[in-house]
Amino acid sequence: MLSIEALSKVYADGTRALEDVSLAVEAGEIVAIVGGSGCGKTTLLRLVAGLDRATQGAVRIDGEVIDAPHPAVGLAFQEARLLPWLRVRDNAGFGLQHMATAVRRHKVDDALARVGLTAHADRWPRELSGGQQQRVSIARALVPGPKALLLDEPFSALDAMTRASLHEHLLALWDESRPTVVIVTHDVEEAVTLGDRVVVMQPNPGRLFETIGVDLPRPRRPLDLGFDSAKHRVLRALDASLGGRERFPGTAGDSAAKATPATGRRRWG
Amino acid sequence: MASVDLISGRPPAADAAPAADAGGAATRRPAAGIWLVGVVLPLVVAVGWEAAIRFGLVQGRLLPPPSRIFDTLVTLARSGDLATHVLATLSRIGLGFAVGAAAGTAVGALTGASRPLRRVLDPTIQALRAIPSIAWVPLFILWLGIFEASKVTLIAVGVFFPVYLGVMSAIASVDRKLIEVGRVFRLSPLALVRRVLLPAVLPAWVTALRSGLGLGFMFVVAAEFMGASEGLGYLLVDGQQLGKPDQILAAIITFAVLGKLCDSLIVALTAPLLAWQDTARDRL
Ligand SMILES: Nc1ncnc2c1ncn2[C@@H]1O[C@H](COP(=O)(O)OP(=O)(O)OP(=O)(O)O)[C@@H](O)[C@H]1O
Ligand SMILES: [Mg+2]
Repeated sequence: MLSIEALSKVYADGTRALEDVSLAVEAGEIVAIVGGSGCGKTTLLRLVAGLDRATQGAVRIDGEVIDAPHPAVGLAFQEARLLPWLRVRDNAGFGLQHMATAVRRHKVDDALARVGLTAHADRWPRELSGGQQQRVSIARALVPGPKALLLDEPFSALDAMTRASLHEHLLALWDESRPTVVIVTHDVEEAVTLGDRVVVMQPNPGRLFETIGVDLPRPRRPLDLGFDSAKHRVLRALDASLGGRERFPGTAGDSAAKATPATGRRRWG
Repeated sequence: MASVDLISGRPPAADAAPAADAGGAATRRPAAGIWLVGVVLPLVVAVGWEAAIRFGLVQGRLLPPPSRIFDTLVTLARSGDLATHVLATLSRIGLGFAVGAAAGTAVGALTGASRPLRRVLDPTIQALRAIPSIAWVPLFILWLGIFEASKVTLIAVGVFFPVYLGVMSAIASVDRKLIEVGRVFRLSPLALVRRVLLPAVLPAWVTALRSGLGLGFMFVVAAEFMGASEGLGYLLVDGQQLGKPDQILAAIITFAVLGKLCDSLIVALTAPLLAWQDTARDRL
């Protein structure tokens, strides 16, 4: 179990990126985090991954305090961050250097197949599209089989079809080993499709605004009964979290803007 | 389009070959023998020069025709003198380059990786760098004598600075984001150096070595000017004193060939390590 306890982060320049954030994530739970740009989502994941130190509060995984990168925690960065001098296969297997070649190869092939990049295993990162690079970076985080998987907007550069298929793969993988998953997204539909809970964050300073339970059976499809109402609850919370101001600069409080959420995928921030 | 193709000497299809296709590397390789294009200009100049002298358009005394220079080269080669001089020059460069490049790499890596060390060392090194290396010559001769030690030292000093500068700034500017990838996977400091820092600075290191080598060639001439009984620099001085422009030009041409060969050697040896680069490198 992952517990985030009264976490605050003030950057050196005084930016209050997080303030008093507490969140308990059950083992095997999927939590989706949504919120406007700059509300501290990436900061939160970096603290959980042990890359940065919190100003106050603590992160524990199964009781153990995280203050440095931990083998049980895997992180896929918001940017792909592939190492340009390694082929796709070696990028995906970057966290497995200590393993025997055969085992590593098997795991890497499996992960690349899951993200649909088997055919590209021997390419250089520069030869991949942005979305493909992002998928390699997801594979790299998956391969070591972490107990807690942190994904920072992992599917943001993908088209709807690829995205849907990766949702399925992610859920299939989750079904096998039941890792705890924290996924940051700007896509409300994605949040409702994947999350057991959707956490809405609020900027300035970054904090939790509302948590919405999504009690729908998986796999979830947008036309399922209850999907729309869950989506509406998240959208409404998002709207409230941004105070109807920052979503559409220049058209603050425009009521027409508020009437559109039902039209499907929308990007926030 | 057509003019672009003429200049690049390559069919447009080869340039446009999408990197997307798995055999991309093979399709993008220029046709064998394409380098011959680069020989055309010197060849034309040589032939024109030869012709100008043959037809009496210019006098060939101070500007000997290519055929005479070629004869001089052949004579020097036959007698074994050329090999002796080339070997003498190459061993000076080889030793000086090895020492200078090793020291430049080591010191550059340390100062690049450690900010406190950089604060302490870099200002001094930069100040030393500002001194024209030739200015050291009298001191080196006083300290180390007129023979090999002072020559090799001068070359090593010349090579040191560009290598130091290249490695130091490359290490200091490795993308923090990639280093974080290493941290997420909990690499030890040593593994971080080996798996992230080193590969990241490799291209800059090769560039630094190449400019170091260029300076090595510059300083070997200076070193051999200050008194040597063999070496290409000696051939130059000797040719001037005896009024033999063909010997001077023969030595200069040998320098050109040697310099180009050594540079190509560095490029060829490191090419497999840099295949991942997304640059126009193979076109340079
Ligand atoms: N290294 C840093 N130094 C100073 N301020 C920072 C730093 N990193 C982030 N911030 C600030 O902290 C706040 C939160 O940033 P963060 O990257 O966590 O946002 P985010 O929710 O991930 O946004 P996005 O959705 O755009 O990715 C922002 O105001 C940002 O400008
Ligand atoms: Mg972010």
